[in-house]
Amino acid sequence: MTTDTRAIEIGHDNKQGGLAVVEMEHVKKSFGNNHVLRDINLVVHKGESLVILGQSGTGKSVLIKCIVGLVDPDDGKLVILGQDVSELKSKELIELRKKIGFLFQSGALYDSMTVRENLEFPLRRQIRSTPKETIDSLVKEAMRNVGLAESIDMTPSELSGGMRKRLGLARTLILKPEIMLYDEPTTGLDPITSKEISSLILEVQKIYDTSSVIITHDIDCARRTANRIIVLKDGICAAEGSYADLAKSEDAWIRSFFE
Amino acid sequence: MKEKSSEHSEDQHHEAEIVTETFSEAAPDSIFNRFFLEVSSLATFTLRFFKEVFKPPYEFNELISQSFLIGYKSVSLVGITAFIMGLVLTIQSRPTLAKFGAESWLPAMVAVSIIREIGPAITALIFAGKVGSGIGAELASMNVTEQIDAMQVSGTNPFKFLVVTRVLAATLMLPLLVVLADAFGLFGSFVGVNVHGHVSTYLFFSQVFQSLQFQDLFPAVVKTFFFGFAVGIIGSYKGYNSSEGTEGVGKAANSAVVFASLMIFIIDMVAVQITSLFQS
Ligand SMILES: Nc1ncnc2c1ncn2[C@@H]1O[C@H](COP(=O)(O)OP(=O)(O)OP(=O)(O)O)[C@@H](O)[C@H]1O
Ligand SMILES: [Mg+2]
Repeated sequence: MTTDTRAIEIGHDNKQGGLAVVEMEHVKKSFGNNHVLRDINLVVHKGESLVILGQSGTGKSVLIKCIVGLVDPDDGKLVILGQDVSELKSKELIELRKKIGFLFQSGALYDSMTVRENLEFPLRRQIRSTPKETIDSLVKEAMRNVGLAESIDMTPSELSGGMRKRLGLARTLILKPEIMLYDEPTTGLDPITSKEISSLILEVQKIYDTSSVIITHDIDCARRTANRIIVLKDGICAAEGSYADLAKSEDAWIRSFFE
Repeated sequence: MKEKSSEHSEDQHHEAEIVTETFSEAAPDSIFNRFFLEVSSLATFTLRFFKEVFKPPYEFNELISQSFLIGYKSVSLVGITAFIMGLVLTIQSRPTLAKFGAESWLPAMVAVSIIREIGPAITALIFAGKVGSGIGAELASMNVTEQIDAMQVSGTNPFKFLVVTRVLAATLMLPLLVVLADAFGLFGSFVGVNVHGHVSTYLFFSQVFQSLQFQDLFPAVVKTFFFGFAVGIIGSYKGYNSSEGTEGVGKAANSAVVFASLMIFIIDMVAVQITSLFQS
């Protein structure tokens, strides 16, 4: 693999021909003089799971926040599920956002609510007239899928780190998103729990038929979940390829991620 | 892509950027600059409030639960403080009035000071300390832990859900609390009058109500809405735009109280000017 942005286009052509759910072209984002994203080009295909690697502070979180619309890119083209984001009105943008799930680095659980209320919150707000039984059964299903069925009446502060990640995931999945964005899903967890979260991500992918973008520093998680890996450096995609490709890259810097 | 500038994180970053820029230029008047920057971004925030408050969907449930949290939970604090205030004010005023042989004016004098000024002002300051800091800290910690972003991602307008409801609840609840404080204050005063000698309930309250006029009540009630609004909007502004990190939470709570208290005095001063215009 070359350390060149052209690699993306090569990768794009090679791909199994799946539909693109996210396309970024020449996306740029700066905060004052801090040019975080310089020129990002990437494609996420339907049903694939794309892992993004990169050093701390290279803008991985900013990149996926651009996808979900928490950060506005300064420049470039962003197409999500076939819709050019810059052409959407704010109503349509909100609709589009509902199809994207975002697992926050910190979990972002609502502290003032119980586990159950955390799960009900997105449901109640999206479909205001949802009958109680439907909500209940959706909440139960989501809790079962992430293996948290017993903790439903606890508050987030009573949960362990791994449980918080699971709850965050359940809250996101309850809206059945088409695209899942994971911001460091396994950071701060022990190896066994990390492994569980990684397999949960794969399961989710299967059950809900989502496409995923996963940011991680955890190379084991990357190996388990990635169909394809992109390495971010200095605001551009420095390399792209399968786990096996990148692990034996000629570039020592890239190889160092896999050691 | 630039039109959708109503994004939460965007706003925040613009403000942060402006502030750091002024800092780096390090002009001697940087405190002055910062003050005006702060005022202008607070004004923008307030404008946004008025834009969002009339737009459906309305968050009635959240408004009611916030009103409960903000109003009902302050009742005992406000009631006790107001009672003590009325009691102390009465006991301390008695010697002065006695010197002029005007002891019988005690109920009337205390009632006018409580209703006109002390009730609204003290209650508003307590409200700023309790509710303003509470809103500031709560929103700031939600901001730090990305809960506000999470709401936005799940299709909820966090400004509407968090800010609009809290500001409305504060605006509506403070006047009620002031009425309650007035009542407890007068009761405290009644007890204070009865510490020396005996004045019947009927005599006390008929003196009180004779001394009060519409010009006393109306402006006193109207200004409390502004006090409540100031506490709500400043608390929300400080919390919603707090800096990153846990340290930002404390700062937001602290500066919310300071700024809101200052604002209460400014509004009070303006209110006095306006009322005296109409009374002369
Ligand atoms: N809202 C913001 N305002 C100003 N600067 C920001 C903002 N968000 C991110 N940055 C800056 O962008 C850069 C990249 O941040 P980002 O959080 O994307 O890093 P990251 O790659 O996710 O790192 P980590 O692995 O530590 O999470 C950092 O230098 C950060 O200071
Ligand atoms: Mg990050």
